[in-house]
Amino acid sequence: MKCGVLFSGGKDSTYATYLVKKSKNNITCLITIVSENSESYMFHTPSILKVVKQAEAMRIPLIIQKTKGEKEKELKDLEKVIQKAKTEFGIDAVVTGTVESAYQASRIQKICDKLDLDCFNPLWQKNPEEYWNELLKNKFEIIITGVSAEGLNEKWLGQKINRKILNKLKQIEKKYKIHLSFEGGEAETFVLDCPLFYKKLKILKADKKFSKNNGIYNIIDIELINK
Amino acid sequence: MMLLINICKKSLHYYEFIKPIEDILKKNTKFKTVHYKQITKKLIQNSEKIIISGTSLKDNEFLEHLDYFKWIKSFNKPLFAICGGMHILGLVFNGKLKKQQEIGLTEIIFEKEFLGLNGIIQVYELHNFYIELKQFDLFAKSKNCPQAIKHKCKPFYGVLFHPEVRTKNLIQNFVEL
Repeated sequence: MKCGVLFSGGKDSTYATYLVKKSKNNITCLITIVSENSESYMFHTPSILKVVKQAEAMRIPLIIQKTKGEKEKELKDLEKVIQKAKTEFGIDAVVTGTVESAYQASRIQKICDKLDLDCFNPLWQKNPEEYWNELLKNKFEIIITGVSAEGLNEKWLGQKINRKILNKLKQIEKKYKIHLSFEGGEAETFVLDCPLFYKKLKILKADKKFSKNNGIYNIIDIELINK
Repeated sequence: MMLLINICKKSLHYYEFIKPIEDILKKNTKFKTVHYKQITKKLIQNSEKIIISGTSLKDNEFLEHLDYFKWIKSFNKPLFAICGGMHILGLVFNGKLKKQQEIGLTEIIFEKEFLGLNGIIQVYELHNFYIELKQFDLFAKSKNCPQAIKHKCKPFYGVLFHPEVRTKNLIQNFVEL
């Protein structure tokens, strides 16, 4: 199938893309929504413009759609860009990295149904621990680009997740009841490398902003380097 | 052994409609997953219980292959059919498929106890059709259509919603029957 992946650059949409390729489907294009609203119910925003470099690293065409991020207006913008992907790239399916959000999943299902497209959610209901194990086993290099939960302090911004750090995360999960896959919006992630990337990403410049359990790791400059 | 029957046409839908059910089953029971086109008499005979999965909104291929489900009529052990699986169960018993789309979280009312569920429950819906049939008792409905049924004589259960999403205990309760 010719798949268009709703892509934010974080672990979920990147791993969904990986599973699409693994199941021998064609990743025809990536679709990214840039929301001006950081509280968007639908789209993840930190470091989103860096998806341009990720798309380059994967050698997959990218469509970017801006939205003001008002609740129902952003759904219209999403429909518009999916229609564009259907017209310009001939996609016959949309793929998402949705894990738990019935809000997100049902709205995308409705848009796909309206546009006569199949919809795939390969991470749907995925067990968090099993998920992290698969990500690390498959050599996904993931950093934290946003935090918004008790227990995740400034030190977590820019932190790469490896086995040791995952164990720390599990301790925080127990103590503060966070969702290990960050389904409650506890953290945002960004993928620097994975098996889909022909080149990996190297951060050249970044800054951190943190106050009262909320923080953003803002990637200012990034480049592609040989693996 | 529990048999989980996959009715999805596309392999990528395994992750969405089969894997979440397997994750519930693997905690407490031995099971085997098989695609409906690979069902054999021996597999049916060796199964203590059977679950028939659902599939995606656009996938209706199984409706053209109801011959693969003839075994249901002579099966007498517990069977649990989800969404598209419920369509199959109903059609085998001469039910009629009617158009009705429901997508997302929906409140439904269980008027009597059904595998441990009772009263108003929020469930996850993903379907374009429902089944209308006579040989089953109705246990729950949404404002639009029947949601949970049980055969009048056999231990056959059907739900139109997806219990693998928000009502996982329903599958667990079926396992423990």
